[in-house]
This record gives sequence, C-alpha cells and structure tokens, in this order.
Amino acid sequence: MEMKNLYLLVPLAPLIGALIAGLFCRVIPRWLAHTVTIAGVAIAFAASVMIFQDVQAGHVFNGTAYSWLTSGDYKFEVGFLIDSLTVTMMLVVTFVSLMVHIYTIGYMHDDPGYNRFFSYISLFTFSMLMLVMSNNFMQLFFGWEAVGLVSYLLIGFWYTRPTAIYANLKAFLVNRVGDFGFILGIGLILAHFGSLDYATVFKKAPEFAAATINIWGTADWSLLTVTCICLFIGAMGKSAQVPLHVWLPDSMEGPTPISALIHAATMVTAGIFMVSRMSPLFELSTTALSFVIVIGAITALFMGFLGIIQNDIKRVVAYSTLSQLGYMTVALGASAYSVAIFHLMTHAFFKALLFLAAGSVIIGMHHDQDIRNMGGLRKYMPITWITSLVGSLALIGTPFLSGFYSKDSIIEAVQLAHIPGSTFAYYCVLAGVFVTAFYSFRMYFLVFHGEERFGKGHHDHHDDHDDEEASADHHHGLAPGEKPHETPWVVWLPLVLLAIPSVAIGYLTIQPMLYGDFFQGAIVIDAEAHPAMHHLAEEFHGAVAMGIHALTSLPFFLALAGVVLAWFFYMKRPDIPAAIQRKFSGLYTLLDNKYYFDRFNEIVFAGGARLLGKGLWKGGDVGVIDGVIINGSARLVGFVANITRLFQTGYMYHYAFMMIIGLVVLMSIWINRA
Amino acid sequence: MSSYPLLSLAIWIPIFAGLIVLLTGSDRNAPLARGLALLGAVLGFVVTIPLWMGFNISNGGMQFVEVTSWIPRFSINYHLGVDGISMLFVLLNSFITITVVLAGWQVIEEKVAQYNAAFLIMSGLMNGIFCALDGVLFYVFFEASLIPLYLIIGVWGGPNRVYAAFKFFLYTLAGSLLFLIALIYLFVQSGYSFSILDWHQLPLPMNAQIWLFLAFLVAFAVKVPMWPVHTWLPDAHVEAPTGGSVVLAAIALKLGAYGFLRFSLPIAPDASHHLSGFVITLSLIAVVYIGFVALVQQDMKKLVAYSSISHMGFVTLGFFMFSAIGIEGALIQMISHGFVSGAMFLCIGVMYDRMHSRQIADYGGVVNTMPKFAALFMLFAMANSGLPATSGFVGEFMVILGAVKFNFWVAFIAATTMIVGAAYTLWMYKRVIFGDVANDHVAELKDINAREFFVLALLAACVLWMGVYPLPFTDVMHASVNDLLQHVANSKIK
Repeated sequence: MEMKNLYLLVPLAPLIGALIAGLFCRVIPRWLAHTVTIAGVAIAFAASVMIFQDVQAGHVFNGTAYSWLTSGDYKFEVGFLIDSLTVTMMLVVTFVSLMVHIYTIGYMHDDPGYNRFFSYISLFTFSMLMLVMSNNFMQLFFGWEAVGLVSYLLIGFWYTRPTAIYANLKAFLVNRVGDFGFILGIGLILAHFGSLDYATVFKKAPEFAAATINIWGTADWSLLTVTCICLFIGAMGKSAQVPLHVWLPDSMEGPTPISALIHAATMVTAGIFMVSRMSPLFELSTTALSFVIVIGAITALFMGFLGIIQNDIKRVVAYSTLSQLGYMTVALGASAYSVAIFHLMTHAFFKALLFLAAGSVIIGMHHDQDIRNMGGLRKYMPITWITSLVGSLALIGTPFLSGFYSKDSIIEAVQLAHIPGSTFAYYCVLAGVFVTAFYSFRMYFLVFHGEERFGKGHHDHHDDHDDEEASADHHHGLAPGEKPHETPWVVWLPLVLLAIPSVAIGYLTIQPMLYGDFFQGAIVIDAEAHPAMHHLAEEFHGAVAMGIHALTSLPFFLALAGVVLAWFFYMKRPDIPAAIQRKFSGLYTLLDNKYYFDRFNEIVFAGGARLLGKGLWKGGDVGVIDGVIINGSARLVGFVANITRLFQTGYMYHYAFMMIIGLVVLMSIWINRA
Repeated sequence: MSSYPLLSLAIWIPIFAGLIVLLTGSDRNAPLARGLALLGAVLGFVVTIPLWMGFNISNGGMQFVEVTSWIPRFSINYHLGVDGISMLFVLLNSFITITVVLAGWQVIEEKVAQYNAAFLIMSGLMNGIFCALDGVLFYVFFEASLIPLYLIIGVWGGPNRVYAAFKFFLYTLAGSLLFLIALIYLFVQSGYSFSILDWHQLPLPMNAQIWLFLAFLVAFAVKVPMWPVHTWLPDAHVEAPTGGSVVLAAIALKLGAYGFLRFSLPIAPDASHHLSGFVITLSLIAVVYIGFVALVQQDMKKLVAYSSISHMGFVTLGFFMFSAIGIEGALIQMISHGFVSGAMFLCIGVMYDRMHSRQIADYGGVVNTMPKFAALFMLFAMANSGLPATSGFVGEFMVILGAVKFNFWVAFIAATTMIVGAAYTLWMYKRVIFGDVANDHVAELKDINAREFFVLALLAACVLWMGVYPLPFTDVMHASVNDLLQHVANSKIK
C-alpha cells in the first residue's frame, strides 16, 4: 500500500470505529460496538508498526493532506510529519489504546453506557493521533483541544455523579487556561515567522535567536523566550504541571480505563511531546528551559508528597502520575528531550499497567476504592498482584526494569545540566526517588499484603472529604464474609501484555533511543549551550553496565530505603504513621488540603469571576446603562412612549405594514410624477 | 444562469411568499400557512444556491449586478449586487429562514399565518440589505426589516414584550436618524449620487470623515451590538419567541457589522484608521466585560444573548485590525455565529417548549430523559466555546492570531474568551443537562422528535463542515477583502 494512505489510515480507522459506535450507540448491540472500535485501533496499531519499520529504513515524510484555510499570506493546512518522534508516539498511543479497549470489555461490562464509552475512547485515539502526527501548529492545537474535549466527556462519563461533572468542568477550564497561553504562543509564531508549518518555522528559528519584542514598558524581551514560555504554559495545562495540575487528581472521577489511557499514558504526555517537538525553538532560549526545569522539579517532588497520604487507590496512582510528569518536564528543561520521550514511553506502559491493575482491584473489591479496606489481596487476585508488583518495581526504578533506565537517565542528565535551576531540580528529582518508592509500596503493601480488612460490611473511616460524595452513591464494597476474586481474562490479559514492556522495553531501547541516531533530525540539541546529553553519552557503556553500576548508586539506595520504610511503617508498625500524623498535624493538614490550591482557585478565581460578573451586570448594565442612560432618555421622550403604547392593541402589525408599504409606493409614484 | 435576476429573486420570493401566506388568513388554515411558508423559505434558499455556484472568486468587485432606475429625480436606483463579503450572508439568511419556519411548526398555534409571513418578509428584506448598492434602497430595507422583528417580539413575545420591543425600537431609531443624515450629506457631497460604490471613491476631508464615521458608528454599533449600547439585546432575546431569537442572533446582529465593511471603512478610511483604537477598545470591553456578565446569568436566553455580544466583539475587533486574517476571521466568525447562536437558541427553545421555563435553576439532569438532545446541545455548546473542528473555532482562532501581530496585549485580552467563554457555556450546560434528574418536570421530558432533530442536525452539519473544512468560505472572500484592504490603505483626503 502507498505509505501516504497508510498514514491516513492510522487516525481514520479509530475515527470510523468511533463514529459507528457513537452515532448508532442506541441501536447496535454491544459486541458490534466493541468489535468495530477494537478493530479500528488494532488496524491503527498494525499500520503504526509498518510505518515504524518504514521510518527505521530512513523514510521521513512531511506532507499535506488538505488545505484547511488560507487568509492573506497565511496558509493553514492539515498534514502529517512522520519521523521517529511521531512514530514512537503512534506506537505508544495505539498499543496502550488497544490494551485499554480490550480491558474495557470487562471493566464496563455492566455499564449502560457501554457503546458510548467505546465511541469516546476511539474518538480519543483519533484525536491523539492527529495531535502527534501533525506537521503544523494549527493541527497540533486542533488535536490538543480535541483530546481535551474527549477527556471532558470521559471524566463526566457518569454524568449523574456531582463529583464527576464538577471534575470534568474543572478539567476543561484549567486546560483552557493553558490553551490561552498556547494560542498566544502560536500567534507569536505566526506573526513573526509567517507560517505555522513546523519545518518552515524550525528552519527559520536560528535567525530569530537574537530577536526581541517589546511586551511591557521599555524592556526588550527575547522573542523566543516569550514564545517558548507561552507554548509551555499550554504544556503545563495538558501535562498537569504546578500550578495547573489541579484538574488531574479530580479527573479520577472517570472510569478507570480512561484514567489509564488518557490521564496517565497518553493525553497528559502531550505537553512533553509538544516541547520535544519544539526542541529547535526551546534550544534557543535558556531562560525558557530554566522555567521549564523549575516547574518540572516542583511538580516532581511536591506532587509526590501528596501521594503519600492518599487513601483512594486511584488517587495514589494519579499523584504518582503528576510526579512522573514532573520528571519528564525536568528532562525537557535539561535539554534531554530524548530522555523525556524515553521516560514518556516507559511510563506509558507501567503506569497504564498500574492503573489497569488498580481497576482490576476495584472490580475485585466491588467498587470499593479505599486501600484501608483492602489487604491480603494477593491470595485472591494472583495475576493482578504479580503485575502490580512488576509495575511498582518499574515505577520506583528497580535496576534493569524499564522505569529504571528512563528515570536514572533523567537524574543523571539533570546532574550534568548547567542551566539556572538545574541544581534545585537535581535535588528535587533525587528526593523524589525516595518519595516515589515510599508511596508506591505503601499502596502495594496495604492492598496486597497484611491483614484482610475487606468484607467487614461497614466502612467507618471516611474522613477523606474528596471521595465522600462519590462513596455515598457509588460505593458498593464487599458484603460481610465475601471474598475478592480474580477478574476475567479480558481484564487480566492487558495487564500481562503491559507487564512485558514494563520489564523489558527500557533495556531493549535505551541504546538506540538515547545514544543512537534514532531521533536524528527530529530532536535538535545545541550541544555547546546545553551539553548534558553529550556528557551523558560519554558515560554510557551499555544497558547492562548501567544496571550494574546503579546497584551502588545513590538513587538505588534511596528507592530501597523508601520500600523498606513503607514495609516497616505499614506492615510492621502501623502505629508509627498514625503517630506521625498526630504529631505533625499542621503538615498533614497542608498535604490533606493539597497545599490549598483548590481552595485558592475556588475563592479567588471562581468566586472572583462570579463577583466581577455580578458587579458588571448589576452595576454596569442594569444600573448605569439601563437605569441612568436608557430609561432616563426614555422618560425624556415620554410622549413618544405614549404614542407607542397606543399601538399595543394587537392591530399594530397591520398599521406598521400599511405604513411601510404605503410609504414606499406613494414616494415612488409621487416623486416620479412631480 | 446569471441571466436571471437572482438577487431580486432572493429578495422578492420570500416577500411574496409571505404575502401569500398572509392571505390564508385565520388559524383554521394553519397547516396550509405552514406548508406555504416552508415552500417559500425553501424556494428562497434554492434561488440563492446559484449565487454560490456561479460566484467568480477571483473577482473582488460586485457580481450579479442589477440596476434599474427607481426615482430618477433624485437619481435613486434599484441597484443590487453582491461581492465576497455580502454573498455568504444572503445564503446564510435564506438558510436560517428555513430552520425558523421549521422551528415554529408545532409551537406557534396562534396567528400562524401572520407569524410565518413576518419571518418570510423579514428574510426578503434582510437579503435586500445585503444586496443593496444604493444608499436609499439600503436605508429602506434597513429600516423596514425592523418592523417585522419588532412585531415578532411585540406580538408573539413573552410577558414583558412591550418593554423589550420598545427598547429595541428606541435604540435603533436613535441610530438610524444619524445614519439618514449621513446618507443625505454623502448624497450632496457626491454631486447627487446615492450609489454606495460612488461614495467609496469620494474624496473627503478628515473632519467630514470623522463625523460620518461617528454617525455610522452609532447606527451600526447599536445593531451589532457593541458595548455600551447593547442592553436592548438581552431583553429582546428573552421576550422574543424562539424563531425571533434565532433570526435576531443569526442575521440581525450581522447587519451592523456588515455596515462597517460596506460604509464605515471604505467611505471614511482615514477616520477608520484614526478611530480604530477607540473601536478596538469597545470591542475588547465587549469581549471581557460581557463574558463575565454572561457567567452570572440565571436565564439561559440571557446567557446566550450576552455570549452573542461577546462573540460579536470579536467581529468588530477583527475588522479594525486592518489585516486580511482579521477581516476574514471576523466574517467567518459572523457566519459561524449565525449557525451556532441560532442553534443555541433553538436548543433553549426545545427545552422551553416542554418546560415553559428558561431559568437554569429549573433544570438539571436533562440528559437522563433527552439523550439525543443532550448530544446535539453538547456540540453547539462546544462550538460556542470555540472548540476546534467546530465553526466557532475558526473565526476566533483567526482573529486572535491576527491580533498577536497587531498588538500582543490586544490578543492577550481577546484570548481570555477561551477561558471565560468556555466557563459560562459549559457551566450552564453542566447545570442544565448533567446531574441527576432534578425534578418531576425534567423526569417527564420527551426527547426531541424527528422535526426538531432534523433542524438541529442540519445546523450541526453546518457547524462541523465549517470547522473541518472552512477553505471554501474564505476562498469566496479573498478577492473582495483584498480589494477592501487596498482601498482602505489609501487616504481619501485630498
């Protein structure tokens, strides 16, 4: 088949599946809905594999599918750029999506919105593919907002739950704040480069390295710094970086399969992908990179802390995702774009695995998500247990597993970076290793080991205000004496299939992705200004050596310490964390309130906007404009009002029609005759 | 094809159809009146299709021109023509008329003939506005179109219709008087010509241009409406029947904006440049101030009315940046707004017909009983929030992009609509559609019937088409917009 048709097939196959399942969701049977959507995604995956081989053979494609719009000298097109970066994302997206599609058959088995759900996740796959395959900023933005829309629809999938429809609105609006920056960045590109085509813009970028614009006062700002920061604000929204991270934990209101697909593996990494794609621009602004690295470091560490105190199984994984996204962002700031993409890929596998495993636990627990009600599940759900263990070990960076290769590379790259903020970032990511290991294994031990706390019939500790409402109407839990059970094969098979790359993909691909020429041409690094990757390559002596060397390195001991401490605290001496919580109640309250970001936004932004709206409406529109000016003039011309009032008899329209028709006819005749 | 007087047909077919519908008289013949009205509306739309098919996109001047002497003594001509700026509005208007007739099908039970006749006649008159190239002809159409609209609000409107209709009338009357004076001034200055195209070429001193510009501004700003002369619109919308709101939002608001391009910019280019900062400031106030006002509305129609004002702020902003992307973006925004706001009002009408309430607080959980409706309403809500792949995105995107080049902070303020616009639209959607069934009335709701589905699906198709493939729309505009920009770039001060 012609390659160009293959490129088109990748996004269109899931789209067609989504349209069939969506438009006819009320008439077609369930098996048809999941068959067409799974077939669509499977085709996309198979085509992506073929395209991957073609790209490996050295064929990069950059071309237009159709012309979307032209205006003045500007041309906006829909087109594809297929290079190694794109194809990596395509493989990750289609593979994880395929796993999630299969898993959904089991997870949504009893849901009345079964067909609709399949339609949404296929539509998401289409949007995400359009985003990563784009060859221009317009289509990037198109995909960017489209994945936001599907995320909105899916978070609010259970639309009768008040928490879900609050969370989806919040997610959409916070993302819009990011998009606000993003579109200004795109505007700056168009205004100065005269094109939104990647190739054109990147080619011209070096000419603009010293360009300045006047934004504020008399100071001149570097054009590329302003542009890159604007673009990065978009990434902060989509990839949930502090302070635009607030939507991601709440997004857990959506069904678990989409938490895995959208809010862990793919959509939230769109920002990481975007910055990597823009590497020719970001490389020209060290200031912007410093901004990126600091934001990433804050996210990586401080969101990790929040994972420690969560009791909802999905929220632990969600904060872990936030923290890992921070790691990727730090890698971007250190100019280690390929490392960021590498971590994006390994993370997609093991985090999707962890989420799907959490979903499997939730099924086994009959929709009880509180880890305090679990314990000892390994006996009842062996496959879920083993795969969760694999995922957790990969996440904390156990040597030779995939997460190790990517995370350790990030830490080393940051250590070797010299831009302002990199030292701070280094300590953040290092401390983050301990925190990650601690919260991951806290959850692991509480769920799979220790005393069996389920089936008690009542759940007496619901001090967690977040899931209170959700638990009120959607909390089933196990009946007294009931035992959890392993989930059907459609649920555990994707776990196993995701566990394999979680173990092996890092070992297999680190050499070509980071140190080979895989990303040649797709990612640009100014080796003189930002030599981290260059030094990293000098220190790399193969994947095996890296793993062995790590056994004596600091991150390994930090991770080990985290695991041991989690075991000691939650298996041996559960009284200690309780005592710490009492002793440091101030700190606990701060964490429990998630640093008060939500409270602040609720009062200042949401409340402020409503107050402003009320003030402008009642004061401006009703008070001044209508009250003083309009009604004032109306009283002045009161006699006009009186006459008009006479017309309110029901015959008014007769009069008016007669008037206008008569006037025109009379004027024409009379004037012409005279 | 062009041997037929297409523009005259587009104007007079709906008007005569309206008169015939009037002849059916009392409500005993209501089914006949409806059928004839639909026939007239469809026929009116069909004759506009050749305008699109036969349009020469490389010609920036007037096409399908018709000139006949009307009142020779004052050299007033029956002079019609469309260019790339006006042609699309003739189609939009004729198309919207069909949806309006269908929307009132089972809803309007009283004075059916008169109701449908008013819409048809208004449709013809509005086509006249977009086609008229003679000042007096334009003025006659411009003023005459007020009357059916005034009647629609005043006769078929809500409980407070008298106040609303009167407010609407007063506002526009103030504007049109100044407009008339400006026309007479131009008539005298141009050596007794009422040809708008002649006026475009007329040299004028700066002083005169400024006065003319201000006179036009008052007339058009009321129609757009621009802040601070916008307060008639929410009242008019709230009181108007659904069809009235649709026409008001989809077409009537475009008349003012169209006036800027046909009169203000080409006749007073120097004053337009001179006062562009002023207009842009008003536009930005409209975008932001009105956005926040929309956020706190309790009445759905008021909310969408305010959202219309905010969206029209983008239109005037786009015009006065004097760039191709700005003006074309604004024109796209106008057409898109015709589809989207029309659809939004139809959606509210669908709910109002069942619940007899427009208060957000009376709803909740409508999706449980009306899933098909909820899906379509979601699409329009997203289009109203400017989501890509819907028409609402295209114009906003172009205007914001153009604004960055014009001035970063103008773009910055304009782009806040991305957040505020999504906030008011989706917050309303959430409270009305999502959630558990809020009360017994919602529990008894019936999903949309085939007629309602057809009307909304038709608009949905337009919204998506324009979002996915807007090229045909801008292709039509290029030549005329370029001519306009070149014209405006040259000073008329001699």
